[in-house]
Amino acid sequence: MHESLTHIFLDAFLINNFVLCVFLGMCSFLGLSGKFSTAWRMGVSVMFVIIVSSVVSYGANMIMVHFHAEYLRIIVYIVIIAATVQLTEMFIRKKSPALFRELGVYLPLITTNCAVLAVPLFQTGRHYDLIQSTVFALAASGGYCAALILLSLVRERTDLGDIPQLAKGTALTLVLASILSLAFMGFAGMGNGG
Amino acid sequence: MSETKHDDPISVFLNGLWKQNPVFVMVLGMCPTLAITNSVRNALAMGLATTFVMTCSDALISMIRTLIPKQVRIATYIAIIATWVTVVDYLVKAISIDVYKALGAYIPLIVSNCLVLERPEAFAGKQPVGKSVLDALGMGLGFAFALTCLGTVREVLGAGTFLGVHLFGKNFEPWVLFLLPPGGFISLAIWLLTFTLWREHKAKRAAAQQAANELAEVA
Repeated sequence: MHESLTHIFLDAFLINNFVLCVFLGMCSFLGLSGKFSTAWRMGVSVMFVIIVSSVVSYGANMIMVHFHAEYLRIIVYIVIIAATVQLTEMFIRKKSPALFRELGVYLPLITTNCAVLAVPLFQTGRHYDLIQSTVFALAASGGYCAALILLSLVRERTDLGDIPQLAKGTALTLVLASILSLAFMGFAGMGNGG
Repeated sequence: MSETKHDDPISVFLNGLWKQNPVFVMVLGMCPTLAITNSVRNALAMGLATTFVMTCSDALISMIRTLIPKQVRIATYIAIIATWVTVVDYLVKAISIDVYKALGAYIPLIVSNCLVLERPEAFAGKQPVGKSVLDALGMGLGFAFALTCLGTVREVLGAGTFLGVHLFGKNFEPWVLFLLPPGGFISLAIWLLTFTLWREHKAKRAAAQQAANELAEVA
């Protein structure tokens, strides 16, 4: 309960980066990191969905605890997320049809991004209050966005390189992700001080 | 996505287990694949839990497939899957509290495993119950098989054990990196490369065989 906000932020953003250290949101991380322009747009959309659904789930959880209906948690959270994604989809379609076409099929797939479902589950498990939850959601989604952008930048470079035909595609992406993840392990030392 | 052309039950089952293996061929359901495979026991438990969820929800979806309106099918699928995941969550907790603690948040996260949602969309939403169950079983066991492959590499190299049994002498220095996140990425990359190599080798041999046959015909 008494974790400081800075610690929550650093922990979710760097030390336990959602993508590179906890393995959440892998499908979109591997699938959408091919181009920088798609990667950052996807990252920002996911950030928006995570923050909204985190706040709404916090309220929903209070209601569920009040009625002793905690066993409904998974179902309620996933419905909240699906609704938020639908909302984002409608919002983007109205505001920027060009962006909507570009993100295409990946927008509805945010619902099945495990990073999105993990945030409400973790914040409930760790008994965060509203402000802590919001900071946690911001940091976790920011970490997701950062990892996606980093990998997309590396992949744009390796696309130009001379790589054995065999290793092209998912295998190469996994090796790159592994190196990035090694780099992020360096942040683990920061966890002890906070 | 991946439609099966063969219709007999055995090939529907084998399709998921091997030909369209969810991890090695379709590259779906990556989060548990990488996160849970630091030991063989966890990998097996996760694979079986996913198989159970897939089989039950695909059977249910296939039963009511004509009643689901097309526009809200995804929402319906997710609600059904979430129900079964809740069941599994409590089941695992009742069976083994150790496994439950080790798998942690990844059991509720089966809901957002893309593989679990992809099968109803590609198969169970259109096919009869029996076939859907077979397909889900094949896919689920294929998933469990891939997880176990990965778990074996990571546990043997990272801890020097298999299912908790020590394999090497006292002098073995565990390669801890393989238990940590980068090891997950690397070992999956190695498995994928191995499978690609093997498939390419097979394709080359088939091509050579065909060429030889044609030559024989000409002669």
